[in-house]
This record gives sequence, structure tokens and C-alpha cells, in this order.
Amino acid sequence: MWLFLLSDSLTFSSAILAYAYVRLSSSHWPRPFEFSPAILNATFLTIILLSSSLTMVLAVAAGHRGQVKKAVIYILLTAVGGAAFVILHLMEWFRLFAEGFTPWSNPDGDPLFGGTFFGLTGLHMLHVTIGVIYLCIIAYGFGRRKYNADHVEVSGLYWHFVDLVWMFIFPMVYLMSVKLTP
Amino acid sequence: MSAHAAAAVPHEVGSKKLFMWVWFWLLVLTGIEVLLAYLKLAPHPMLIILVGLSLIKSALIVAYFMHMRFEKLGLFLTIVPALVFCLCMILIFVFPDSLRIVQMHP
Repeated sequence: MWLFLLSDSLTFSSAILAYAYVRLSSSHWPRPFEFSPAILNATFLTIILLSSSLTMVLAVAAGHRGQVKKAVIYILLTAVGGAAFVILHLMEWFRLFAEGFTPWSNPDGDPLFGGTFFGLTGLHMLHVTIGVIYLCIIAYGFGRRKYNADHVEVSGLYWHFVDLVWMFIFPMVYLMSVKLTP
Repeated sequence: MSAHAAAAVPHEVGSKKLFMWVWFWLLVLTGIEVLLAYLKLAPHPMLIILVGLSLIKSALIVAYFMHMRFEKLGLFLTIVPALVFCLCMILIFVFPDSLRIVQMHP
């Protein structure tokens, strides 16, 4: 899993670096994110992901102590956090669609905004979705003693990685594009 | 991953209190980032500060949540130097161009 995460982090870093490149080389970057609801929502998403990482850590610890039921509950809590993240984020996407932001065009500023924003957050959302499915399978298997505590720990590694990637996407994509009052 | 030898010896992965502290500091750093966004800095210094803070946050996550700190040194040496090397290569060879392009705009 560590090696997979190494390669995955290179995928994300190249995408994020490409984003940073176009962001810095653009002089007309759109700043569509108002404090409410967009930034508040994104901050809330960050808090959800960080808290789900905390529950995952507690699940791994409980798993190693042999407390199967507690571990399963913590894993499921983590998965619920992930699902909430995806739902809230999708609502945000649809709000942006309604405002005229699409992956290929936006009302004003560089059209590359849409491509980088939806590309980066979409790739991340895909990882969260896969993570939620993965966690549900692990919770089921660990509850039925098919998997051991090591499996839980490895799924935890994946989940923390997804959290880690958001720690870069949130400031770079959202906070660099907040709507400022002149 | 870690518990192969841990059947007899309890594997030290940190206490609940430690994890709560790490979580708390991650939230604090997030709060600082959000405040920074409203300081109206130029994109370039802003990006550097935000990425710096994010690197601190990811180091906290990797060290404590992914308990890299409690693993063997060999794992760290396998993963981190390779990643840092690749990222430095991309940064050195690609990134300076972005600053050149912004000056070429009419």
C-alpha cells in the first residue's frame, strides 16, 4: 500500500503542480468562491475529512487491541464521513454548474479554471468514493473475522492519504480563488 | 503492515490523546489557512505560504495518523527520498516557466 500511495501521490502532485503552473501564469484567474457558502462549505468538508481520519486512526488502534465491534463502528463512522464529503462536494459542483462554471468554460476569467478545478476535485472525489466502498468492505470482512487488524491498518493508510491530498487541494484550489471585495 | 512481529510485543502506535492533539493542530492550521486567504496577498507568496502550511499538515498526517514515526527507518527511506527527488525534478525543470509566462502577458 505504501508503494501504491507513492505512485498515487506522484499522480496527484503532477496534477496539482500543473494547476499551480496555470494559476501563477494567469493574470485573469476567476475568483468565484464567496465566503458563504463556498468557503464555509469547503472548510466544513476539510473538518469532515480530518475527523474521519481521526475515527480511522481510532479504528486501527481498536483493531490492534482486538476490539472488533468498536473497530467496525469506527470504520463505518469513517465511511459515513466520506459519504457526507462526497454528497456535500457534489452539491457544491451543481451550484457551480448553475452559476455557469463547467469544465470547459466559465462566465469570466481564464477558461482553464474549470478544467483544473473539476479535474483535481473530481480525481479526489473518485478516490474518496473508492475509499468509502473499500472501508465498507473492510468493515464487513473485519466484523466477520475474514480480515485481520493489518487489513484495517492498510485501509487506514489509504484513507489518510485521501485526507492528505485534500490538505493540498483545499488551500490551493479554494483559498487561492476566494472572492475578495475590492 | 506493522503487526507481523506485534503478536507478542504490543505495537506502539500512539495514544488516543496524542491523536486528538494531532487532529486539533490540523484544524488550527486549516483555520490559519482560511484567514490567510483574506489577507489579499499576491498569488506567488500566497501559494508558497499555503503549500508550506499544507506540507506541515501532511507531515503530521503521515507521521502520526499513518504512523510513519513508529515504523522502521527503512520504510521512511524507501518512500520519502524518492518522492522528494521526483517532486524536486518537476519543480526545477517545469515550474520557473510559469513565472516567466506571467511577465510575457501584454
